[in-house]
Amino acid sequence: MKYIYELHKTMLERNLILVYEGEFTQEITKSVLAMAERNMDSMGEESSIKRKVFNVMVECLQNIVKHSEDLHAKKENKPTAIFMIGKQEASYIITSGNPIKNEEVPKLRGKLEQINGLDKDGLKQLYKDIIKNTNLSEKGGAGLGFVDMARKSGQKLEFDFQEIDSNYSFFSLKTTIVKE
Amino acid sequence: MQILHLEGTEDTPKIILDKNNGIFEISGRSLPEDSAEFYQPVLDWIDEYKEEPKNATEFVFKLEYFNTASSKLILDILSNLEDIEGVTIIWYYHEDDEDMQEAGEEFSELVELPFEFKTY
Repeated sequence: MKYIYELHKTMLERNLILVYEGEFTQEITKSVLAMAERNMDSMGEESSIKRKVFNVMVECLQNIVKHSEDLHAKKENKPTAIFMIGKQEASYIITSGNPIKNEEVPKLRGKLEQINGLDKDGLKQLYKDIIKNTNLSEKGGAGLGFVDMARKSGQKLEFDFQEIDSNYSFFSLKTTIVKE
Repeated sequence: MQILHLEGTEDTPKIILDKNNGIFEISGRSLPEDSAEFYQPVLDWIDEYKEEPKNATEFVFKLEYFNTASSKLILDILSNLEDIEGVTIIWYYHEDDEDMQEAGEEFSELVELPFEFKTY
């Protein structure tokens, strides 16, 4: 039973106010959003910060939903993922982790590096280019999620890939929303 | 012409498209699971309205939040409205919501339609 206490301590140490591990669906997304909103409301969080946190959460959660549907459609095992929100003194930290195919890593890394290489105006231009010239993917994604997360947070997106086995890597993503 | 009326939910906006009463409004939250499917009736309605529009159409967006997949469909709606004479977009944003204001400004740069900005 020791793991319960260990997990509890880890959550406290890292100031995690919400952790979800499991399957990701639109219904789960709505529940997680509702919990996080209630949590921020009860802490009396400023509405501008709440909106930014909500915004980044939605893109992050829906990215995972779309991606796991895609993996599942290819008759893979139903993948699970993790989503967490941490609250520090002066910021919120939204993190997620999900398995992706190894062959997707270079493209995803390239996209995130491109986004991190842009300033505010560059991100705005990229957003406009994508929205004008790209059709929705069959999964319903606009390809704008990461760009939007970078814009709304005003911070670089931190990411990491850890190889799970010869087929999969674990993709971790961290977005920080600084309170003004 | 038929009225399109959808009540808002926690992840979809309220929509009223009512030619007779001159109400054209999308408001609330938009983060549907499938934004293309959700907004298809709106695009279809505008296609029909296009045939015989009113002299002036004030199309209101009063969104509290929309996700990126919805933003693509909002642009499709705006592009569809470009074909109609006398359309004005009324873009509402909460007075302390700079991101929603900026989003409206960006849409106004992407289409050839007059935008009026209002706060609530």
